[in-house]
Amino acid sequence: MKLSSLLNRWVLFAAAVLILAALVDNEYYYTLFNFIGIHALLVVGLNLLLGYAGQISLGHAAFFGLGAYTSGILTATWGANPWLALLAGLAVSGVAAWLIGIPALKLRGYYLAMATLGFGIIVYIVFNEAQALTGGPSGLHGIPPLSLPGLSLNTPRRLYLLIWVTLGLILALSANLVDSRFGRAIRALHDTETAAQSLGVDTARVKLQVFVWSALYASLAGSYYAHTLNFIAPASFNFMFSIKLVTMVVLGGMASIWGSLLGAAVLTVLPELLTVFHDYEVIVFGAILMVVMIFLPRGLVRGLLDLWEFRRVKKEGGIIA
Amino acid sequence: MDPFAPLLQFLISGLTNGAIYALIALGFGIIYNTTTIINFAQGEMVMLGAMCAISIYHLVPSLPLAFLGGVAVVALVGSALERLALRPVKDPSPITLIIITVGAAVLLKGVAMLLWGKEAYPLPPFSGAAPFHLGPATILPQNLWVLGLTVVLVAALEAFFRLTLVGKAMRAVSYNPRAARLVGIAAGRMVQLSFVVSAALGAGAGILIAPLTLGVYDMGTMLGLKGFSAAIIGGLGSLLGGVLGGLVLGVAEALASGLISSGYRDAVAFLLLLLVLFLRPQGLVGGDK
Repeated sequence: MKLSSLLNRWVLFAAAVLILAALVDNEYYYTLFNFIGIHALLVVGLNLLLGYAGQISLGHAAFFGLGAYTSGILTATWGANPWLALLAGLAVSGVAAWLIGIPALKLRGYYLAMATLGFGIIVYIVFNEAQALTGGPSGLHGIPPLSLPGLSLNTPRRLYLLIWVTLGLILALSANLVDSRFGRAIRALHDTETAAQSLGVDTARVKLQVFVWSALYASLAGSYYAHTLNFIAPASFNFMFSIKLVTMVVLGGMASIWGSLLGAAVLTVLPELLTVFHDYEVIVFGAILMVVMIFLPRGLVRGLLDLWEFRRVKKEGGIIA
Repeated sequence: MDPFAPLLQFLISGLTNGAIYALIALGFGIIYNTTTIINFAQGEMVMLGAMCAISIYHLVPSLPLAFLGGVAVVALVGSALERLALRPVKDPSPITLIIITVGAAVLLKGVAMLLWGKEAYPLPPFSGAAPFHLGPATILPQNLWVLGLTVVLVAALEAFFRLTLVGKAMRAVSYNPRAARLVGIAAGRMVQLSFVVSAALGAGAGILIAPLTLGVYDMGTMLGLKGFSAAIIGGLGSLLGGVLGGLVLGVAEALASGLISSGYRDAVAFLLLLLVLFLRPQGLVGGDK
C-alpha cells in the first residue's frame, strides 16, 4: 500500500471523529458512539488473534470483565485513582492470559478454544458468586468517571473524544504491528505452522504474545466500559458476549483492522435501531456466523471485496495470484 | 447420625448427572473421531431432544413414543447440520468449523426460544415418582432409569463399533479417512452417520434428564459445555474416556456443591477442564497421539 493512501485513511478517521464531535448534539448518540468505540477496541484485539494468528478465544468476555471489575472495584470500593486502576486491570488480564496461554498454545488445534471457554465461564461464575468483592448478580454501583487533569470526563461527549482518540491510537498500533516483522511472523503461522517454524519463527511464543495483546485490548475496553456506564454487572461478561465478539470479527472480516471497526459498529447499532431485534438477537448472530463462515470464510466484508476483486481482474483478463 | 449419609446421596445424584454428561461426551467423541471437528452444537441436541419429547408427549401421552420420536427428530437435525452447514464449507480449517458449530448452537437455541418460549416444561418420570430408600439415601426411579439406560446405550454403542460392519467402517474412517476410502468405505456417509449417532445420543440424554430438571430452551448450553469438559477430561474420542470423564465430573460436581458451595458448582467442570488441559491434555485414558 502506498504511504499516501495509508495516510489518507488516518486523516479521514481523525476528520470523521472530529466532524461528528462538532455536528452531533445529542447525548444519546454519543453514548452509542462510545459503545461502538469500546466494542471496536475488543474486536480489533480479537481479530489480531483470530484473523491473523488463526487462534480462537471463546472467552474473551472474561478479559473485558477482568478489566471492568478491576477498575470498578479499585475505584468504587477502594477509592483508587482510575488511571492506576486501569493499569492494574491491564496487569491482571495480561497475567491471566499469559498463564492460560503458556500451556494452551504449546499444543496445536483446539486447545486455546477449550481453555478460554473454560476460563470465561469460571470468571463469569466468580463475578456472580464473590459477592463481597463484586456485588454479585446485582452488580457493582458507584464507579466514578474518568478524569484528565482539570477535566472530569463525566459526560458522554467528553468520553467520546477519549475513547475515539484511544481507538485511533490502537488502530494505528495494530496496523503497524501487523505490518511489522512480528506481524509477518503471525501471518506465516496462520498459513502453515510447520513452514513458519522451519523459517525460525518461535510459533508458540508468537501466538502467546498475540493472545496477551488481545487480552490487554479487551481489558482496556473493560476499564473504559466501567467508567462509561458507572455500573457493571456479570451479565455483560457472559459466554454469549464472547460469541457476540466473535460474530463482530466474522462480520467485519478476518484479518481486517478496519473491518473490525465496521463489525463492531453494525452489531452495536443494529440492536438499538430495531427493538424487535432483541428477541431474534441470538438467531441473527448464529445465522451470521454460519452463513459467513460457510460461504465467505474470510469474513463478510473481506469476502465481498475478494469477489469484487476477482470479477474486476477477470474482466481485465488478468490472472488471480 | 452417620457422617457418610450425605456422601451416599451426593454419590447418587453425582452418578446420575455424570451418566448424562457421559452420553453427551460420547457424542462429542464420535464426531471428533470421524472428522476431528468439535461440534459445539452438541448441547443443543440435548435440549432439542428434551423439548421434542415433551411436545410429542403433550400430543400423544406415551413415553416410549415421546422418547423414540424425540430421538428421531434430533437425529434428523444432526444429519441436516452435517449436510447443510459443514459439508459445503470450502475452507475446512479448524477455526472455520469451530465458528460454524458455535453459530449452529446459537441459532438452534434461538429457534427453540421462538418455538417453545422461555418457560420450563415438565416431562413425567418414566415409572412413577415414589422414591425408595437405600440406607440413609433416597433414590428416585428416574435415577435408576438414567443409570440403567446409559449402561444399555454405552454397551450398544460398543457392540455397534466392535461387531457391525458399519461400526467397523466408521472406526476405519476415524483411523485414516484416505485409507478407508481406498478400501471402498463411503467416508462421507460415515461422517454423516457419526452426526446422526451423536445427535441421537444427545437427544437421549436430554429426554432422560428432563423428568428431573424440566425442559427449557437454554438448558443445552451448560449441559453441552459440561459434556464437552467430560470428553476432554476422559480423553476425547475414547468411549471409555467419555464414560469415565462424565462420571468423574458428575461426582466431583456433586461433592463440591454439597461440601463446599453450591454457587460454584458449575465452575467445577471448567476447573477440571483447565487442570486436565494443562497437566494431561490427552485426558485420563487417552494415549499419546
